[in-house]
Amino acid sequence: MNHTADERQVLDLAVRAGRILLENGAEISRVEETIDRIFAHFQIRSASAFVLSNGIFITIGSDREPFYARVQHIPVKSVHLHRIAQVNELSRALEQGQLTLKKAQARLEKIEKSPGKTRGMQVLASGAGSGAFCCLFGGCPADIFCSFLTGLLLYYFVLTVNSRYLSKITGSIAGGALVTVSCLLFFRLGAGCHLDHMIIGSVMPLIPGVPFVNGIRDMADGDYISGFVRLLDAVLIFFCIAGGVGLIFSLYHKLTGGVLL
Amino acid sequence: MILSVLLQTAAAVLGTVAFSLLYDVPRRCYPYCGLIGGCGWFCYSLLVLEFSPVTATFCAAVLIVILSRIFAVREQTPVTLYLIPGIFPLVPGAGIYWTSYYIVTNQLSLASQKGFLALKSAVAIVLGIVVVLELPQKLFDLLSRSPLPPREEVQKKE
Repeated sequence: MNHTADERQVLDLAVRAGRILLENGAEISRVEETIDRIFAHFQIRSASAFVLSNGIFITIGSDREPFYARVQHIPVKSVHLHRIAQVNELSRALEQGQLTLKKAQARLEKIEKSPGKTRGMQVLASGAGSGAFCCLFGGCPADIFCSFLTGLLLYYFVLTVNSRYLSKITGSIAGGALVTVSCLLFFRLGAGCHLDHMIIGSVMPLIPGVPFVNGIRDMADGDYISGFVRLLDAVLIFFCIAGGVGLIFSLYHKLTGGVLL
Repeated sequence: MILSVLLQTAAAVLGTVAFSLLYDVPRRCYPYCGLIGGCGWFCYSLLVLEFSPVTATFCAAVLIVILSRIFAVREQTPVTLYLIPGIFPLVPGAGIYWTSYYIVTNQLSLASQKGFLALKSAVAIVLGIVVVLELPQKLFDLLSRSPLPPREEVQKKE
């Protein structure tokens, strides 16, 4: 079909597509399948890819095709699920022969640079989510409002401090602690009626939904190494959030002399 | 009773849409995400009246994954887009809270009780996801009458 296509450029395209998928929260089998499809489309038969939760390793080469190899380390970043959908569309279009190599490269570039939601939107979404989940767990309107405010504050903190200065573990502890402090303040000021619903609702934006679901899916696909790493990530963050909440509770107990909340 | 279930379901829809915004799901998928989250919580809150929370969580998780797969085929998008926001209402956030609360207030038997319940709910979600993901893709292609033909298997390498 496309014999003029340079193997090296195809390799770059495959690695790049794989990287976008992996850093935005795709499961391992999808990354592998997309890479295989790209190679199959460009008639490269000797390619072999190995994908882990934070790295892609690809080699091409046989007695008929020249040797190339790429190793790409992929740090965990923020998740943009729409990019997965776009890469998926791209791989479909490629297979149906709608795209040349050049066009596919340009389109990947565009996907990579496509802007995510603005910070304001994210903060607002976090607030709305917190309020909604507070209502879900049975909070009264005052609780919901306090949760909404705490959710806003929490995500502002996550975007400005956590992502820049703190590791995942300290970030989660700090997030849990911040939520508890804020809810305790509202509670002491008499703004909310159920401290528990307020805290549970506000802590939801921190819950590691992506590594949890992806870890399960990788495990189900038999990608045990990546699945285990992702599940471990999720469980660790769960415990850190609980630790942050507990930390503030025990401080509060010490300060108030053991008053039950 | 019914009113509070409906109110909570509405909250679940809103919460799921907010989280799909947070995870940057494509805009055309928001209604599906909200629908999935709402259905999941509705199913859970009806079943929990009759069965244990763990059973209810399992059934709700199964429903969520089935719906996610149907919408994924219909919209020709990855399942992940619907599954991650949709599963959020079922996450045992309350269990985590009460566990750490009881540990701090030194009520350890209550803490282990709540902790195990949260763990069991999490395992129920895991089982629900795994069971439905193992179902063959053909079933969902049939169920959702997708506008595009299903993709062929990728060619095997030499």
